[in-house]
Order: sequence, then structure tokens, then C-alpha cells
Amino acid sequence: MSEHDKREEVLRLEGLRKSYNIGKPTEVEVLHGLDLCLQRSDFAALVGASGSGKSTLLNVIGLLDRPTAGELYLLGDATSSMDDERRTALRGNAIGFVFQFHHLIQAFTALENVLMPLMVASGKPTAEQVAFAQQLLAEVGLQGLEERKPDQLSGGQQQRVAVARALVGRPALLLADEPTGNLDSKSAAEVFQLFRKFNREFGCAVLMVTHDPRLSEQCDRRIMLVDGLIESDEVVSKAAPATAPA
Amino acid sequence: MMWAEWTIALKFLREGKAQSTLILVGIAVGVAVIVFLTALITGLQDNIIERTLGTQAHIRIEAPQERNTIVPAPPGTTQLVLETKRAQRLRSINNWQQVVDVLDTLPRVTAVSPIISGPAFARRGDALESVALFGIDLERYQRIVPLAEDLIAGELRIGANDAVIGRLLANDLGMTVGDKLRLDGGQGRETIVNVAGIFELGVRELDSRYVYLDMKQAQSLLDLPGAATVIDVRVDDIFEAENVASRIDRLLGLKAESWMETNAELMNALRSQSLSTQIIGFFVALSVALGIASVLSVSVVQRTREIGILRAMGTKRGQMLRVFLIQGALFGLAGSALGGLAGYGMVAIFNNFGPRLFYVPVSPWLPVAATLLATLTGVLSASLPARRAAALDPVEAIRHV
Repeated sequence: MSEHDKREEVLRLEGLRKSYNIGKPTEVEVLHGLDLCLQRSDFAALVGASGSGKSTLLNVIGLLDRPTAGELYLLGDATSSMDDERRTALRGNAIGFVFQFHHLIQAFTALENVLMPLMVASGKPTAEQVAFAQQLLAEVGLQGLEERKPDQLSGGQQQRVAVARALVGRPALLLADEPTGNLDSKSAAEVFQLFRKFNREFGCAVLMVTHDPRLSEQCDRRIMLVDGLIESDEVVSKAAPATAPA
Repeated sequence: MMWAEWTIALKFLREGKAQSTLILVGIAVGVAVIVFLTALITGLQDNIIERTLGTQAHIRIEAPQERNTIVPAPPGTTQLVLETKRAQRLRSINNWQQVVDVLDTLPRVTAVSPIISGPAFARRGDALESVALFGIDLERYQRIVPLAEDLIAGELRIGANDAVIGRLLANDLGMTVGDKLRLDGGQGRETIVNVAGIFELGVRELDSRYVYLDMKQAQSLLDLPGAATVIDVRVDDIFEAENVASRIDRLLGLKAESWMETNAELMNALRSQSLSTQIIGFFVALSVALGIASVLSVSVVQRTREIGILRAMGTKRGQMLRVFLIQGALFGLAGSALGGLAGYGMVAIFNNFGPRLFYVPVSPWLPVAATLLATLTGVLSASLPARRAAALDPVEAIRHV
């Protein structure tokens, strides 16, 4: 994966708008026409005050929500005209989610949770898929805990399972909504390092909503959202010590 | 195919063990009640019908009733008719031998027995009893009513002055096998027969009045030489009797009455009983369905967030729908399997330790039908919660606490 064209475009937003309660007196526009482009190599932080539209934007990009106007291209495909079925399939194929709270499925073991996106996409996982899931769990440091249920894991461990789950489908884009918001600083740093690693190794673009300035400073790119508009989109120093590649 | 749906559904069911167990027991009880009740009522009705038909022909054929012929009035005149209905004297069926031959060839007909039957008095000393004479062809009649099985004394032998009488009649006249019985057909036609055997059919009316004797003897007692007044018919499927009877009616112009018509009141009672059983079954099934629906509705609410996560990970609406439909089907299937077994057990207990008034057979199709129906009910009752699960907005579902 690391040999992929680093300039390959993953996501492009053109004049993206999102309103709620359309047609009602309470109609409110949350996103006021955003243009944005993400490459495979991007490792970006999405920052902004609460209420600035970060979560809405993330939901729209993740095809969980539809924009009111504008177009969203995912891997070059315009998504606004797709039906729910195709959007769901594309979401499963191209996007990995990590939420603030781990959001694992209680009834399944760690390994089964990691395999879930593959299962719902194509049925019984193959031996290679299982091996890859186990490899991912090992890489997030959970070797030997594959058969544990979520309630038998610590918060940090659960979040790492969620990271492995987000990556198992080799997504082109990893979306994270305050992935470390619920973790102590040590676990937070570990999860962040995992994102870094997968960004490098799998060529998977990362877009991370975070309130934590220490994390956003370590990202390559920082997109600042203010009142539903992109106020700044800047490249941060790539020489941050924690992320220094070879 | 649907591997993911099955896996998720099964894991969900296993996780909510307490809920799943409770609803399974509920379904099992419902299905057991339906199976047991249906088996019991079917057994009871079969038993009643069997007893009724043990001493009755499926179809009874008689000569058509005699009617007054009214000369039509010339056109333009009004006619007032004062009609006195004719008395129905005992009459032979015309050409009954040919009629029997025709009946023998009819489809579904398994036995045909011509009978000459009429009233008479039985006398012994001063005791006088009114009896019903039955002149029969023993071999043919046996195929309608198996008299040999009901014989309690003597032997089944008629003809050459031998007769077979009912137990209560024998009692009333103080007779035993070998005694002489004087029969009086009216207008001085008398004969003395030898009581060769005594039977007990278990029906008071028959046991106290029936006298079986040779056709010829009965014909002369009733002054109807060579006659047969009734033809009894047996068919292979008792519930086809009505159809066969109406066919005979049309074909031969005789008065053919099926046992269903003769026992109209009984049939009515049986039908009402079946109907009330069906109504009970319907409401039990309805409450089972509501139980499944409510358990799954609660489950959808409890799992709202997990449903949102599954949707975010690429689970399609259709898949989400099927996850819950499968759960409903499994509830129905497993619950009815348990309930079917329990119902079987209840029937077995009833047969072995119950009042033993009658035996309840269980058709192997009953549990199969109950299972299929319960599975279908499960899917149907799951459809509402399943649609709700599928329609959940993933964004809101994930935020749900």
C-alpha cells in the first residue's frame, strides 16, 4: 500500500452545504459551502469550537448524512445522486470510522468486531481476512486478547479494537471523531501513533476531529472550521518529533 | 448467503439470554396449548363420529316420498288447493336388486346392504314390546355394521327361523339364547323365531328394539314380498357421504340421506366446537405474535446504537431488516419446536394417565404445521420492529445512549 501514488485524491468537496429542519421555521444552515480536497497521504486534523459543524461535516463526509447542496466526490465518484444502498456499500468499502466512544458490538469478541465490516460486506470471512484482522489486532498491541468480549477490555483497549476495525477493510479514508477524547493521555498517544502508522503504511488518508491541541499540532495539516466555514487550512510542520518518518 | 445476518441475529439472541428464554417459553406454552387442544378436539370428534357411525350407515336410501298429484288448473283460472298430505306407507324400493347392482359400481362406495325394515310386536306370555324388524343379508350388512363384534351371547345366525335381538329387549322379555320369540307384524301375520344370539351395540334405542332376521321372513311379516325398504351404503371417506348421497339422489331418483344430514345437530355441534377451538387458537397465536413483536421492539431500542454502528460500517438497510426478521423466525421455530414437544407430551400423558374415555391420536403433521405457522408468525411479528431497525438514521442511532 505504501507504494500508492501519494498524490491520489481521496475526497473532494465542492460548495458543500448542509441545513437542518428544511422548510420549517427552525431551518438552520450548519455548513455554508465548503471546498476541500484530501489526498491519500494526508494526515489532517479538523479543529473548531463546538457548534462549528465539525461532527456534521464528518457525518456528511462519512456518507452517514446527505449534504443539502454541493457535491462530494469519494474516490472520484459523485455521491449525491447515489441511493442508500450504494452509499452504504461505498461507506463500507472506502471509509473507516473511529468514534469518541469505542462503539464495539457487545455480543461479539474483539476479533469478530474487527471482522464485522468484512462480514457485512461479503459474508463469512476468508482465512486471509481473519489473518489480517489478527495482524491488525497484534499491531494495536492486543495480541492474545482476540477472544475477549468488549466488556472484558479496558477503555484504551476497546478503542484500539475500534481502530483495528476501522482499518480492516483497507479504507482509503479514516474518519475519527475525537478518537482519544475518552482516553488517558498515554492511551491517547498510542492510538494517535497507530493512525500515523497506518497513514504511512496503508496510504490511508486520516481526517481527525480533535479538541486536543497537542494532537492537532502533530498532524501534517490543520483544517479550522468556524461557524460552518473553513477559516484556515494550513500545513503544520512535518518535522514534529513524534511523527518523524525515516 | 446471509451469513452475516445469521451470525449477528444469533449473537444478539444469545446475548439477550434472559429475554430470549422468556419469550421462548411463552411461545412454547402457546404452541403446546394449540397442539394439545387441536389434538384433543380432533380426537374427541373422531371418537364421537366413529361411535355414531358404528351403528349407522353413511348413507341411507329409501323410496321417494309419496305425494299428491295436483292437476294443473286451466289457464286463466285461479285454483285453491286444500291438500291433505298422504300417509307414507311402508313401501319397497322399486327394482332394488338393480339399484344395489348400480350402487356396487359407484366410486367411493365400499359397501351396499339392502334391508327390509318395519314395525312389529314381540310377545312372550303377557309381555308385549314394540320392535323394529330388520330383514338383512347378513354378509352385506356386516360390512355396514360389524354385528359380530357386538355379539354378547349365542351366535350370529339368521335365517331358517333364527333371529338375533338386542340385549335390552332380551332383558325386557326375560329371554336367553335358544328361547322362542313370537313376532306379530299386524293383521294376523305372526311367526315364531328362535333367539340365536344377543347383541349389544351400546345405543339404548337399538339394543331395546332391534330384531335382526332373514329378509324373506321379514318380508312376509311385513306383507311386502320380495321387497327392500332401505338400502344402507358405506363410503370410503365419511365426509364425502353428502356428495355421494346427492349423486345417488340425482342418479336414481331415490331419497338418499347422508349421516351428516341425519345427524345435522351433531354436525352442527362439532362444527361449533371446531370453530371455538380455532378461535382460541387464533387468540393464543395472536398473543404469541404480540409477545415476539414486543420483545423485538424492545431489543431494537436497546440496540439502537449498535444498529447505528453496524450501519456506519457498511451494513445495508436490507441486512439490518433481515437480522431482526431472522430473530423473529428463530423465536417462532425454536419456541414451536419446544411447544410441539410439550404438546405431544401432554397428549401422551392424557392418553396414558387421563380419564381414558377415548384415545387421542396426534397426526405427525400437526406439530409440523404448528412449527411452520409459528415460524411464519415469528417473521410477520418481527416485521414491524425490523422495519424500524432498518429505518434508523445512523447518525442519530450512533448518538443514542
